Amino acid sequence: MRINQRTKRLCMASLAVLVVLAMAHARPTGGTISGKVTYEGTPAKSKTIDMSKEPSCAQQHATPVTTETVVTGPNNSLENVVVYISAGAPDESAPSQPVKFDQKGCQYLPHVLAFQVNQPLEITNSDQTSHNIHPQATKNSEWNKSQLAGAAPMDVTWNNEEVAIPVKCNVHPWMRAYIVVVKGPYGMSDESGAFKLDNLAPGNYTLTAWHETYGTQTQTVTVAAGKPATVSFTFKAK
Amino acid sequence: MPGKVFAVVVVIITAVIAYCVITHVWWMPVDISAHGPNIDHQIEETMFGAGILFILGQLVLAAFSFKFGDSKGARKMSSFPGGAKPLIIFAFVVVGIEVLVLSFIGSKAWGSVYFTAPDPNSVRIDVQAGQFAFYFRYPGPDGKFGPLHPELINEGNQNYFGLDPDHDLDAKDDIVTAGLAIPVNKPVLLTLHSKDVGHSFDVRELRIQQDFVPGIVIPIHFTALQAGKFEIVCTQLCGLGHYNMKAYLEVLSQADYDNWLKQQAAMQ
Repeated sequence: MRINQRTKRLCMASLAVLVVLAMAHARPTGGTISGKVTYEGTPAKSKTIDMSKEPSCAQQHATPVTTETVVTGPNNSLENVVVYISAGAPDESAPSQPVKFDQKGCQYLPHVLAFQVNQPLEITNSDQTSHNIHPQATKNSEWNKSQLAGAAPMDVTWNNEEVAIPVKCNVHPWMRAYIVVVKGPYGMSDESGAFKLDNLAPGNYTLTAWHETYGTQTQTVTVAAGKPATVSFTFKAK
Repeated sequence: MPGKVFAVVVVIITAVIAYCVITHVWWMPVDISAHGPNIDHQIEETMFGAGILFILGQLVLAAFSFKFGDSKGARKMSSFPGGAKPLIIFAFVVVGIEVLVLSFIGSKAWGSVYFTAPDPNSVRIDVQAGQFAFYFRYPGPDGKFGPLHPELINEGNQNYFGLDPDHDLDAKDDIVTAGLAIPVNKPVLLTLHSKDVGHSFDVRELRIQQDFVPGIVIPIHFTALQAGKFEIVCTQLCGLGHYNMKAYLEVLSQADYDNWLKQQAAMQ
């Protein structure tokens, strides 16, 4: 059976294009930045939230909920700090899988949510009451929409980098969350203060750590292939 | 025939409405305030006067349609003596007298709430209305309210009044709550603040409905005579969450009230 020479060449060319595309798309592997976020001093005590206005939410909490302006862990570790590359990272396309943001028990879950520019955000309401979602954005457009109990999820995207957008519910004024929209790789400190940024190309980066109460800190870091870089941030408790 | 049927229907409707109003089928909830009887008495008087006019009007309408509604052929048309001008003057005078008489009689009830000085030993509570919730502030053991700094209002950190307890001694022991509790049989003085737009403080059982006006601190005082839990609602359309702007009033015995206040103080 004779295969047409032109068909063969076409196949080869297509394959070559696909390989190049795949290589361009795959994130450079190897480099990582990891570290720990801690605080110094005595953080302000968190305050009890009284939800008696909304009995359907108050019932969901066996012990009263407290404010999350500063969430700490053992050994002075600081949670909910978003660590992201603010300079030095190449532009990359946002992942297409949506980030989830829920309203449950008249609280936002999670309290701090980081994701990338143009990455879809899916907002749900798991409560028996209506909420309104009011992100007070300044670099993206500000909006304020109601979501009734049992309503379908709301899908939104954010076009610009913005650190950070306070989100409030006007019907339940105690509800507060922060949406952090970043361009490049990011990590978030967990209950032990640890964070990690994966799959970085070797190079020099500017790393910014943001905390809702304590503000931002910046460090430069050099990532070498196959050698994880370690960075730590310490915030002063005000 | 249709004229007579109409007349009978009008009489039936009038009788049903009069029955419902007189027997209080849909009436106000029980009154728990010291000044409430004045207000209820005034409402009864107004309803009585308006009710008599309503019944007379309906009966006249029924009588005329019964007598003339079915007559055939051309009918002689009559008009008010002198035409439209005296008719309008007549209506203005009649309605004007009615409004003046009602206000004059009603001013007694209104004055009993607004033109009496609050008891100097009143329990003082600050109220902050904002889209879309009420918050309350008790002065704490020192009996003094700390100064307000509107620029410090931060709902995410539970600072609904704009207090600065780190710098203001008087604000240190202020107690901010999401519900209003008051002792029974004790005079209470509320001072109403709004941090954004117009709102209203309405507790039907207290017979109190008072608007919040941003920029003005409005005092309102009352005494609750009965323990229980009642709803406080905003009755001034204030924005998209207006329907859900509410809080609860708890009227407690003095001992329960003291306990409640202690619990709230511990939660600050």
